Amino acid sequence: MTHVSIQSLTKVYPGATEPSLDRLSLEIESGELTALLGPSGCGKTTTMKMIAGLLEPTSGDVTFDGRSVLNDKPEHRGVVMVFQNYLLFPYMSVADNVGFGLKMRKVDKAEIDRRVTAILEQVKLPDLGKRKPSELSGGQQQRVALARALIVQPDVLLLDEPLSNLDAHLRFEMRDLIRSLQQEMGITTIFVTHDQEEAVVLADKVALILDGRMKQYDTPDAFYKRPIDESTARFFGGQNFIQGYAENGIFESSLGKLELPDHSANGKGTLTFRPENIRIATDYSQPNTVDATLTDRLYLGTQTRLKLTLGNHNIEAICNPIDVEGLTPGQNILVTIPADVVWLLTS
Amino acid sequence: MSAKESIGIRSFRFLTGALLIIWLVLPLIPLAIWSFAHGWFFPNLLPAKWSMRAWEYTFSDTAGVIDSLWLTIGISLAATVLSILIGVPAGRALGMYKFRGKEFVELLILAPIIVPGIAVVLGIHSVFISMGLNNTVTGVILVHLIPTLPYMILVMSGIFANYDPAFESQARSLGASPVKTFWYVTLPAIMPGIIVGGLFAFLVSWSQYILTLLIGGGRVVTLPLLLFNFATSGRNDITGAIGMIYILPGIFILLLTARHLSGRSGAVGGFGQI
Repeated sequence: MTHVSIQSLTKVYPGATEPSLDRLSLEIESGELTALLGPSGCGKTTTMKMIAGLLEPTSGDVTFDGRSVLNDKPEHRGVVMVFQNYLLFPYMSVADNVGFGLKMRKVDKAEIDRRVTAILEQVKLPDLGKRKPSELSGGQQQRVALARALIVQPDVLLLDEPLSNLDAHLRFEMRDLIRSLQQEMGITTIFVTHDQEEAVVLADKVALILDGRMKQYDTPDAFYKRPIDESTARFFGGQNFIQGYAENGIFESSLGKLELPDHSANGKGTLTFRPENIRIATDYSQPNTVDATLTDRLYLGTQTRLKLTLGNHNIEAICNPIDVEGLTPGQNILVTIPADVVWLLTS
Repeated sequence: MSAKESIGIRSFRFLTGALLIIWLVLPLIPLAIWSFAHGWFFPNLLPAKWSMRAWEYTFSDTAGVIDSLWLTIGISLAATVLSILIGVPAGRALGMYKFRGKEFVELLILAPIIVPGIAVVLGIHSVFISMGLNNTVTGVILVHLIPTLPYMILVMSGIFANYDPAFESQARSLGASPVKTFWYVTLPAIMPGIIVGGLFAFLVSWSQYILTLLIGGGRVVTLPLLLFNFATSGRNDITGAIGMIYILPGIFILLLTARHLSGRSGAVGGFGQI
């Protein structure tokens, strides 16, 4: 169990004016599964490589249990990184690939064989040891890569986009496998992804990095309920933003007065709410019910997306298809934005 | 594909194959006959008398052929090893990295293939004299690097252009030291290139004449020099016998590497630059 601390980690590549990673600080508790989330080029893979020792930071520090590891060579750091394209050594059998880390640690042959067999069993690939990596499917290759990393029992495990190369049905299988192995072995695990869904389903905590800087570090649900700013909300699929002024628990905007969940914030701000939390109303009996015009609808099977105009704001709502049957574009309707689901962004 | 067409293609392939073999093998037949001939004169299609005396002489102590053979093998092996040691890192730099002046460096490496060796060697000769390297085996080995290195570097840069260095990062991350990473991960990946490039280097060094003659000053007598001596002195029978020995490595290497030289292998991809 290892506590990982990243302190003001910065990377400026030679010849670049802007840092690829700008003063990233992060505390990762022992045994936690943390996601570094961000669009491609945001500096998340750079961060991983610096933790793994494959890239030298410009400034800042990385400590494991309070001890700086920056001067440790990658092979002595107790970190194993699993790359996105798995990088199984093509000249070696699956068993030799998996046993590679132990061989480098001079574990004796019989012990390596025993542990390789055991871990292949754990990733549900028994009997594939003699195959060549090229004879395996993508999902199998990924499990071999995972087994190859876990067999050395690293203090910290790094995964680069662990689910992104997999089909939808394999993703859930892999997610469960990663989570169960990680929990069982108690390995502090950090993974990077550009896919918010991947981050949410897999991680205990998510660090959102935009433009080389950390935006928010929180539990997955917080990004939906309490995004720190508009760009964070947008990254998680937030579409609805209304500018206005908050005072004494009331938010004044071009839509009129809306109730806020509490009195804590005052002053200018932006009100945001999830598309899935808007309800269709039949009268004004509920607070925060406003007029809307339906401009478009999109049927997605399990849900229906509605595009609405509220005053001069374009708003998106996601509803149960049964609730919105019969509504046609152009129709005037009433929508309720419950006070307990709105979130105020103040600048 | 229709059966008729496939027969056409097959017979064409057979014809070209047969022509190639005739082209390569025919010139060697008189050589083989000469080595067993006891005099072979004009209107005769075959020698009037056969004998083993050329072969007996070739393998005798006085001829110096065996000494020369070992010397040539030694020089070519040394030039090959040095070519590999220099060519692998150089090929990596050219195949994997972009840097300022890369085109110029590539041109410089190709230059020995374009510029005749005799033009270069005269300059090198005076440099080697001042360094005491002329008339020495070391000097000959070093000068052989001029024609061998371009082949080695081109082969290796072709290999490294298709090489993913992330495998090395992965090995380090799994606990391999830099030396072990090279041994277990890099070396197996580039081995086809080292084999093909190394064999090329060996053959190129094996067939050097002018460079050996000038730098060796006649004191480093490799097989081609010896062969030339007998050829110019009119001893066709001995020339034939030595010639047969001389072509052995070429045939051996051709058989060994035919698989790698098919053009589908990445090992010869670098030759596209010539």
